[in-house]
Amino acid sequence: MTELRLSHRPATGRKVADVLVRVFSVLSAALGIFFLFWILWVVLKKGHTVLSWSFFTSAPPSPGEGVGGIKYALVGTLKMTGLACLMGVPVGLLTGVYLAEFGRHGAFASGVRFCVNLLMGIPSILVGLFAYTVIVLAAPRHYSGNAGAFALAIIMLPTVARTSEDMLLLVPDALRESALALGIPRWRMITGILFRAARKGLLTGVLLSVSRVSGETAPLLFTALNNNFYPKNLSQPTANLTVTIYNYAMSPYDNWQRVAWGASLVIMAFLLGVTLLLRFILKERHRS
Amino acid sequence: MNVPAQEAPFETVRDVVVENPVISAQKLDFWYGQSQALFANDLDIAPRKVTAIIGPSGCGKSTHLRVYNRIFEQYRGQRAGGRVLLDGQDLLAPGTDSIALRRRIGMIFQKPTPFPMSIFENVAYGVRLHFSFSRKELERKVEESLRAAALWDEVKDLLHKPGTALSGGQQQRLCIARALAMSPDVLLMDEPTSAIDPVATARIEELVLQLKERLTVVIVTHNMQQAARISDHTAFFHLGRIIEFGATAKMFTNPSHPKTEEYITGRFG
Repeated sequence: MTELRLSHRPATGRKVADVLVRVFSVLSAALGIFFLFWILWVVLKKGHTVLSWSFFTSAPPSPGEGVGGIKYALVGTLKMTGLACLMGVPVGLLTGVYLAEFGRHGAFASGVRFCVNLLMGIPSILVGLFAYTVIVLAAPRHYSGNAGAFALAIIMLPTVARTSEDMLLLVPDALRESALALGIPRWRMITGILFRAARKGLLTGVLLSVSRVSGETAPLLFTALNNNFYPKNLSQPTANLTVTIYNYAMSPYDNWQRVAWGASLVIMAFLLGVTLLLRFILKERHRS
Repeated sequence: MNVPAQEAPFETVRDVVVENPVISAQKLDFWYGQSQALFANDLDIAPRKVTAIIGPSGCGKSTHLRVYNRIFEQYRGQRAGGRVLLDGQDLLAPGTDSIALRRRIGMIFQKPTPFPMSIFENVAYGVRLHFSFSRKELERKVEESLRAAALWDEVKDLLHKPGTALSGGQQQRLCIARALAMSPDVLLMDEPTSAIDPVATARIEELVLQLKERLTVVIVTHNMQQAARISDHTAFFHLGRIIEFGATAKMFTNPSHPKTEEYITGRFG
């Protein structure tokens, strides 16, 4: 009988490699989390001191005097993000519908898909410059919240378009066919059945794009600019959180710097909220 | 060039002549891009009878069926040649309104595909688009369709539960109810029981036998016992051609074409 040999090489080398790979991957993962928590910790530590109800309801402080609040910036950001959604979401969604339902593998669809990917990679400061050129420099030649919202909408567009396309493609063709086979017109099939089947995914795309633009500063720097007054309408320069952080953090006044930290904490909490909401939505989908 | 190689003239073996066919395919060809999948199919579908289409995988059964409601036309590169007459009119003619056509010719697919809405809405959705019913009439139509699909007793208390909450066999009957709600003349069934357990399959076969009292059924099936159990006529497809067409009883006991016999006795396919 021949002796059963499980291995002709000593196992030590393999075992060492195994341990090394495992240790380094765990360390890398821990490092990533470590920096995240460090950032969270610093923002929380520096930002929490100014947090109170009046922080959300007060006008911005004068240099060196009290902390005031971020009401104007908060309202401006919400208004601009809302307007950006009104512009970016329908166009993005319909682009996704075109790519998934009409163009699919056609030459034009491939071109559109390529451009959308390209748009996704354009630095946001370039989008800001573009909005500055076509809107701010055009009559009536001044900075405005509208220009800011326009820039944000352009940034949202590719995210919404690509996630919408991906989510619609996840819906099986059998569902499309069975709807069409009932004599349901194509547009009703898309809006009445596919949108419903993919609704959680579509909502995810919108929320992802909102969370992406809610932290954008560069596209607002030369569009919405900033303002010390309540943003009654968006045709004026408009206060917003990110440019407020940018301006206040670089100012020499201690109270402004504290407000900048507080505003950072608000944005971070908002992003955390959106992420949790997404997790909740996707979990729901898993269950059903 | 795509001129098909010259072959010996091909003749389908026919044991029955169908009087007043509901659907009549004449010299039906079909292409997926450059490759031809159906060759000069001639087939008459008898009214208020069940016609089974059998044959080995890839023989063109489903392809043939999918021409009848023009569902193929939403895919680039798929095209049909020849004629398919419905009440004497060519449904492949460019002017055909495919929406109206599909109202008259319903289709059931291999996998049950309930819409992402309630059981009631699954049935009502298409009805609302095609008929202007009052709420009462709509409710009556939904109940009637669910009864016709032998599903009413099981779901009458769950009408507002999502359609996806039902079992596979129930979902398939929901799809049948949904199709019946459009009051179709013809129901196309593309392997409707291949994704369903044997008990649920038996229920659907029973249902098909009831349905033929009011409409015409064309069913593609891989299951020869199923074809033998429920159909009146059978068409045997092989490599895109109809080899034999005849009365089911005759075909399963005494097939005329040697290929049919080989397939039915399980020597290939």
